[in-house]
Amino acid sequence: MTAGTGARRYHLGSTEIVYLALVGILVVAGVLVAVRGGNLFAQGNVSYMLTQTSLLGFVAVGQTLVVLCRSLDLSVGYVVALCSLIGATTMAGDPSRVWLGVVAALAVAAGVGLVNGLIISALRVNAFIATLGMGLIVKGFLDTRFKGPEGEVPFAFQTFGYTRIGPVPVSTIVMLLVAAAAFVLLTRTRAGYHMFAVGGNLDVARLSGVRTGRTLVLAHVLCSLCAGVAGLLIAARFGTGNALVYSYGLDLDSIAAVVLGGTLLFGGRGSVIGTVGGVAILAVLDTAFNVLDVNPFFKDVLRGVIIIAAVALYARRQIDPASRRVRFGAKGSASRGGDVA
Amino acid sequence: MTTGLSQETAQGTARGTARQWRERLLSGGSWTVLALLVVVLVVIVVINPSFAEPVSLMAFAKKAAPLVVLAVGQYFVIVSGEFDLSVGSLVGAQVVIAARLMDGDEALTWPVLALMLVFGLLVGLVNGLVTTLLRVPSFITTLGMMLVLFGAIRLWTGGAPTGALSESFRVLGRKGFPDVPGQFQVPYALLVALVVVGFAVLLMRRPFGRSLVAAGDNAVATAYSGAPVWWLRTRAFLLSSLLATVAAVLIGGFAGVTAQVGQGLEFMAITAVVLGGVALGGGRGTVVAAMVGALALEALFTLFNQLALPSTIRPAVQGVIIIVAVAYAARRRRT
Repeated sequence: MTAGTGARRYHLGSTEIVYLALVGILVVAGVLVAVRGGNLFAQGNVSYMLTQTSLLGFVAVGQTLVVLCRSLDLSVGYVVALCSLIGATTMAGDPSRVWLGVVAALAVAAGVGLVNGLIISALRVNAFIATLGMGLIVKGFLDTRFKGPEGEVPFAFQTFGYTRIGPVPVSTIVMLLVAAAAFVLLTRTRAGYHMFAVGGNLDVARLSGVRTGRTLVLAHVLCSLCAGVAGLLIAARFGTGNALVYSYGLDLDSIAAVVLGGTLLFGGRGSVIGTVGGVAILAVLDTAFNVLDVNPFFKDVLRGVIIIAAVALYARRQIDPASRRVRFGAKGSASRGGDVA
Repeated sequence: MTTGLSQETAQGTARGTARQWRERLLSGGSWTVLALLVVVLVVIVVINPSFAEPVSLMAFAKKAAPLVVLAVGQYFVIVSGEFDLSVGSLVGAQVVIAARLMDGDEALTWPVLALMLVFGLLVGLVNGLVTTLLRVPSFITTLGMMLVLFGAIRLWTGGAPTGALSESFRVLGRKGFPDVPGQFQVPYALLVALVVVGFAVLLMRRPFGRSLVAAGDNAVATAYSGAPVWWLRTRAFLLSSLLATVAAVLIGGFAGVTAQVGQGLEFMAITAVVLGGVALGGGRGTVVAAMVGALALEALFTLFNQLALPSTIRPAVQGVIIIVAVAYAARRRRT
């Protein structure tokens, strides 16, 4: 956005842009709501906004790890549905089985992630196909095995879905803790650095001694685990597990949030903090549309336009000329050379 | 289907030829998916011999034609290194637009068809230009377009599609060549699909097709060799949307108007193309293989029907098949 003549000296990273965009959207939405005589920052609206961030937040944080490795996970929506059902049916309304339910759901999620990662790294199947296929497999299982909401979540665990500290839901706090853990993983640990390396260039990473397969598998397991936590959150909110959660479009939404957060879809660059910003942007939009009483179908239209426009705004910065060696002089960048034939 | 063959000289002793064929069939490329298609069709015929009758085969062709057309469109985009996730909602949008605007009025058939073409091309142009000039990854561009079309159509119709398609509009998707019900007929949909495939094969042999594959393989090298990569890719998106419009005419004719028309078709088309051995990321695979992939996918669905699998388990089987097929193709390619 500041890519102008004199702006080169102060380098604005894409995470800063995400948060500037978030502030901009908050201001615009706040003004629009105020003009209509409402208050976007009333406590009810703020907690709705924060509640909205938690579900997508879990999935998007996990998705960030995978996208950073130049992979992607289209099965997360189905994993969320699966884990909500496994958690709720294992708990079966018994408060003493809460931990069992949580462990069972997370174990299944990790298993799905493990299979995803192995199919991608060992069988060398394109991530798009591998996770789309895995999603279809889980969908087939869900549709055959469960005929509607099943299981019962004991009240003790439902508090995970509803308790609030002031206006801030506990689920949002947990989401932010998960995001912080992912942040530490990516910026302070060897596994995190390896993820950037694998996403930046798989062959170079392998030649440098990174075990690329393990890194990919780890990213996929963590991504599915995050989806599993989202599934448990759904179970806690609904009080039962529900297969229809997969029709929420969490998979594509999470990828949109990740990319909106400034993470490069082609891997190797990005941050969890940006993703949280991307999730927050989507949540603010959703809340504003609700308060403004926008037609739900119009919401889809606006969301599509905003996602494309936002990504178009950063796209120019992400392929940052400063970070690349110039080989053949300044002009003639790759994808737009030549004239109209 | 000689595109794969023409690159190698098929001469030699009988044993050499046999070995060549075995390698070709097992290589994971276009011949493998053809073998898969034949195997699936044979299994169907074994289970249900009446499937081999011309009437049932033509019914199969009629049902498969829209997916073939969509797969060909998706092929152009995928081979150039991009994705088009918007085709499913574009098909839905076109059918709903047609029904709402013509509302069963025969006189409006041609004007509405012309409008659909313009609309389709416009969608393709926006997809292409946003992807190439604004450098938004095509996954996001077409995902956004999918949301926009999905929402806009429901906003416009108030949630449920209204109106009806005129009879002459539905001819292409529904009717056949000697138009006697219950008798053998060559469906118009099959002819449309054949024309589309023929046109696509010709196009891929022309400089446009060659440069498109080159752009998918290595966009930088293609740009330095003087080809306008952005315009090549934009044309691929235009072709994809154009063929989605053709598929919408076929699907609308075949199945009529419902709120769910087109849902999930984008993933079906991508699956079909990938099943044909076309590499996601571009630069590899033939358009005929994409067509065979679409036929194989449709044949598999027919097989599931014959086996009377519970309809809920079908996605799982489909998932296993695409993973296995792509894993099989990847096994050879890297060695």
